[in-house]
Amino acid sequence: MSTSTASRTASPLRPRLLGRSVVNLVVGVSVLYTLLPVLWLVLASTKNRDALFSSNVLSLTDFSFVRNLTDLFAMDGGLYGRWYGNSLLYAVLGAALGALVSIACGYAFDKYRFAHKEKLFGLVLAAVMVPQTVLALPLYLMASAAGLVNTFWAVFIPVLFNPFGVYLGRIFSQGYVPDEVLEAARMDGAGELAAYFRVALRMLGPGLVTVFLFQLTAIWNNFFLPMVMLSDQDLYPVSLGLYSWNSSASVSPEYYPVVIMGSLLAVVPLILAFALLQRFWRSGLTAGAVK
Amino acid sequence: MTSATPVSAPAETTAPPAPERHVGAAPAPAGRGSARRRELGACGVLMTPFFVLMVTVFLIPVATAVRLSFFSDDQPGLGFGPERTVFAGLRNYTAVVTDPTFLGGLGIVALYCLIYIPLMVAGALALALLLDSGVVRLRGTAQLALFLPHAVPGIIAALIWLYLYTPGISPVIEVLGKADITVDFLGVHTVLPSIVNIALWSNLGYNMVVFYAALQAVPREVIEASVVDGAGPVRTALQVKAPLVRSSIVMVAMFTLIFALQLFTEPMLLSQSTPMINSRFSPSMYIYDAAFTRNNYGLAAAASVVLLLCTVALSYGVTRWTNRAAAAEEGAR
Repeated sequence: MSTSTASRTASPLRPRLLGRSVVNLVVGVSVLYTLLPVLWLVLASTKNRDALFSSNVLSLTDFSFVRNLTDLFAMDGGLYGRWYGNSLLYAVLGAALGALVSIACGYAFDKYRFAHKEKLFGLVLAAVMVPQTVLALPLYLMASAAGLVNTFWAVFIPVLFNPFGVYLGRIFSQGYVPDEVLEAARMDGAGELAAYFRVALRMLGPGLVTVFLFQLTAIWNNFFLPMVMLSDQDLYPVSLGLYSWNSSASVSPEYYPVVIMGSLLAVVPLILAFALLQRFWRSGLTAGAVK
Repeated sequence: MTSATPVSAPAETTAPPAPERHVGAAPAPAGRGSARRRELGACGVLMTPFFVLMVTVFLIPVATAVRLSFFSDDQPGLGFGPERTVFAGLRNYTAVVTDPTFLGGLGIVALYCLIYIPLMVAGALALALLLDSGVVRLRGTAQLALFLPHAVPGIIAALIWLYLYTPGISPVIEVLGKADITVDFLGVHTVLPSIVNIALWSNLGYNMVVFYAALQAVPREVIEASVVDGAGPVRTALQVKAPLVRSSIVMVAMFTLIFALQLFTEPMLLSQSTPMINSRFSPSMYIYDAAFTRNNYGLAAAASVVLLLCTVALSYGVTRWTNRAAAAEEGAR
């Protein structure tokens, strides 16, 4: 960038061309930086163990993608399939429920007045700051007192809490749900809750999808809480499962190809979700970023 | 996050407030009262699920952490029960802040923040400005490619890079080796930059999209005006566009800071392969180790309260500092 400034003052046309190529070069290098590791993962997933350690990722001689795939699902009695199902369950169900809860609360913050509203909202926002590590031990003790440690619920319930979703919900409600529309619904004799569920929620669709995606990513990535709460491998999400397999890999290298293949498959759902819902989260991000 | 509040606060307060809402609905005072009651009822119904969650998985745990930090188990390792714990005053805190491994962890995270946050903010902003400049080819594709790592879970990103750091597997080390360069990515001095790289790789594109979205919202007239004034594209980018998206910069810096302070996943995974990362490498790892390996709940709770206080103090400091900078700039105009 700075090189383009220095040269621009000289003559008008050539430096501009130079500036353009420098800009494109910088962006191109950045794209390579973000893409190549993923590309390596794709290529490495086609390698058997020996080829993996010979570092020759680009050779297509021993193509064992299918074998790695069948190995992955056969390893340790098909544990990976379970983990994948668990992750989907935690993430999709948790994100859907969490987004509905957060958006409803954000909407109420926007449309209703009550005493100490801004203070309460400030408290919700402050919750974003609190590290997960601070909550983990107390949550573990609470779950153990309730007999929930090492169950689905110990991981599922805490991930529903999404204070940032409330913040986004309030902004979306401001932007997408005009007061006049609610007024019209009230004139038609709709109750407050009916106005929300039949009118406002539909207008909040893109916001709902954005919060859903944010939370889907967060839960799919979740690693600390399952690590604290779960000891039964059958309940692990993919993240924790791959972590435990990777720790076995240093002793028994046959785990390497399956960890790589497992990582590749674990990336797919989020990429799909982002690609399919692109229209929504882009507008959602804008709302979150600009306000 | 708190940073975003003051920034967005003016917009919220200037938005049409509620009073006009009732004009048509309920002309009679009695009707107004019942409408208000119904509104509050609906408000309560919509907010209850969230606040029930907030109390159970946030407020009670935070309070519990604070309470635990003042107690200690006189027979450590026998589990949790009020009858076995004794009030310890500030003993746990003294133990934490005089523990060199904890202080070492804090130092490592401070260094990590100092390297990571400026790189992240400057890198993401520079990329967003370049993409916004209009000379980049295949802009949409480039954006998607840059965003891609955000869809890669943190633990998987750490796994990919761990393999790229591992001699024998890594094509990077192989290529460097052919050029007669030997790098140990997991050595004493390189392990922290290696972790920074993983975090940077994961989040650069996401923050770029945030900045890009904010830049798109800058009124085109402002930019045209600066071009008319004779500012070149670089000056326009740095002196006109960048200051206009300052609220986004603060927001990104704040979120990056909050998550950086929680550093856990990447070192935890790398620790499987390098002796340079011990089980108390970062404060979060220290807390995990104290709570679940050593079963010293009081110590873990005190350490987590210290980490929380650091986070709050730093976030508050950043907010104050940026607000003051903003006020100074307003004054200068």
